[in-house]
Amino acid sequence: MNLQFIADGLIMGALIGLGAIGVTLTYSILRFANFAHGEFLAWGTYFTLALASGFGAMFGGSGTIGALSFGWPVLLAGILAALLTGLLALVLDRILFAKLRERGNAIVMVMASFGASMALRSLLEFFFTSEPAYFSRDIQIASPLGLGIRLTPDQVFLLGLTLVIVIVMERFMALSPTGRAMRAVSENPVLARVSGVDVDHVIRATWMIGGALACAAGVMLGITVQIRPFMGFDLLLPLFAAAILGGIGSVPGAVIGGLIVGVAEASAVQIVGADYRAAIAFLILIAVLLVKPSGLFGART
Amino acid sequence: MLDILAYAAFFLVTALTYGIICLGLNVQWGQTGLFNVGVAGFVAIGAYVSALLTTPETAGRFGGFGLPVWFGWIAAMVVSGAAAALIGAITLRLRADYLAITTFGIAIAIQLVALNAETLTGGPFGIGFIPRAFGGLEDRPIIFNLANLAMVGTVTALLYYALERLVRSPWGRVLRAIREDEAAALSLGKNANLFRIQAFALGSAIMGLAGAVQAHFIGFIAPENYISTLTFQVWAMLIIGGSGNNRGALLGAVLVWGLWSVTGAMLAAFVPGEYQARAAALQIVLIGVALAALLVLRPRGLLGEEKMISRFLKG
Repeated sequence: MNLQFIADGLIMGALIGLGAIGVTLTYSILRFANFAHGEFLAWGTYFTLALASGFGAMFGGSGTIGALSFGWPVLLAGILAALLTGLLALVLDRILFAKLRERGNAIVMVMASFGASMALRSLLEFFFTSEPAYFSRDIQIASPLGLGIRLTPDQVFLLGLTLVIVIVMERFMALSPTGRAMRAVSENPVLARVSGVDVDHVIRATWMIGGALACAAGVMLGITVQIRPFMGFDLLLPLFAAAILGGIGSVPGAVIGGLIVGVAEASAVQIVGADYRAAIAFLILIAVLLVKPSGLFGART
Repeated sequence: MLDILAYAAFFLVTALTYGIICLGLNVQWGQTGLFNVGVAGFVAIGAYVSALLTTPETAGRFGGFGLPVWFGWIAAMVVSGAAAALIGAITLRLRADYLAITTFGIAIAIQLVALNAETLTGGPFGIGFIPRAFGGLEDRPIIFNLANLAMVGTVTALLYYALERLVRSPWGRVLRAIREDEAAALSLGKNANLFRIQAFALGSAIMGLAGAVQAHFIGFIAPENYISTLTFQVWAMLIIGGSGNNRGALLGAVLVWGLWSVTGAMLAAFVPGEYQARAAALQIVLIGVALAALLVLRPRGLLGEEKMISRFLKG
């Protein structure tokens, strides 16, 4: 049996996990399911694409690094785009969510995020059309790693990058003052506020981190598959499934949930074909809600 | 002149089918506070169920029982309502936004079935030759559209009347009590979860009916009719018209569908072909911004929620 699908599932799962970190943090700290999170992935990717082609035009060439299909223009653009995506999330919070938060109705915020998601995605279609775009049109040669698994250099790099990001995030949440404040607000916002936690700072940090990680996930998807305005929206259900499976509020849970969703999707493609791939996340979601709504690592329901 | 009349009737029939969906959504959101992101999915269930039951037999596709249209309508309501009751039973006991996420998922799953289960749904090409109400008048569009308008208008009026009675009934008051203060409703011995499941199923059954009505008016359905844009349009209609108000739901449907049609016609007339897809995207941006702005600036919409108290009290 060819085990290639497991490797493909892990790649997809890694980027679902990165995106799901933002979903789970927004859900536990700001207390609503953000339907616009998928658009952060898409906007981050288009920011990166626009900046990278700008750098390429300014300094000439699209020098690639080693065996990778992309070079420093994409890497530098990705870092700047992560900042920009965080800022986009902050702006959206300032003009929309903050105003609704004052009224204290979480479901209205979910609805507003749904409206914002439609508007943001359609703006991308307006600027870039729905034609797919690519960071590079070169075809990479996958090298065998044993057990019949082949990975391209890009895929190896991105898996490594995900691992680094996840470890840094985990340590950040566990040890840094901001991370501890974030966990405190997610645990009990009122108690955190009276204990002197700067809740506004926590909210800003949550949006910046969520936006930046969404951008990273989007760029991964852009490098390994393609760039489309719908790329984030199509990933939204897997993101939610991963965050709920991992347990709302848990960063490692979101990543493990993402890996499970990714591998489950890839396995299902082996068995029933690619047509119903998108339904797998839905089935996982229903199963979690039936069996253990608090997820694998979640405390509350 | 007569063309305009025919178009006006056609426009109103379409707007009223959206109005019926809005009435269903108003039971869920306006009365009970349930956020359903899968509106398009429940409309699709109704449309496909009715189409399968009423179309003539077709080679290579399940269904085609040639049953009468009214039977299709009822079946559409039953199946959409049952699907919603099942989803509700799983998710309504949990956090409120789990319903939003699950209904979002079910709409995607239904879209996949519509696209891929070709022997059941006809796949991407959809189902054609759905018997149209007053199909015998099809070659005279004015009379055909007016007859349909009379019928859909009657259905809408009956539904409006029934829902107005229902929201003023003790059942309707329990729904609003749960929405406003669940703990208080529980302490009065109301099974909040059961009431929520009932409201969710009723609303979705009405959406299924709207799907069937639409299918039998147009005579053709395809998966692309039931994408998330539909859900989004219906939400915009209800919020703009005024959630919690059945007249607001109908007003919002006619207004938003009117705006959508006018801007669509203007785009087609004035925007050069290669930019049309981009301009159509702007249409959605505008509605999205309008929806978000309204939520922030005027959450009660145009009409706002009606204050309703028992008819035995003088208010």
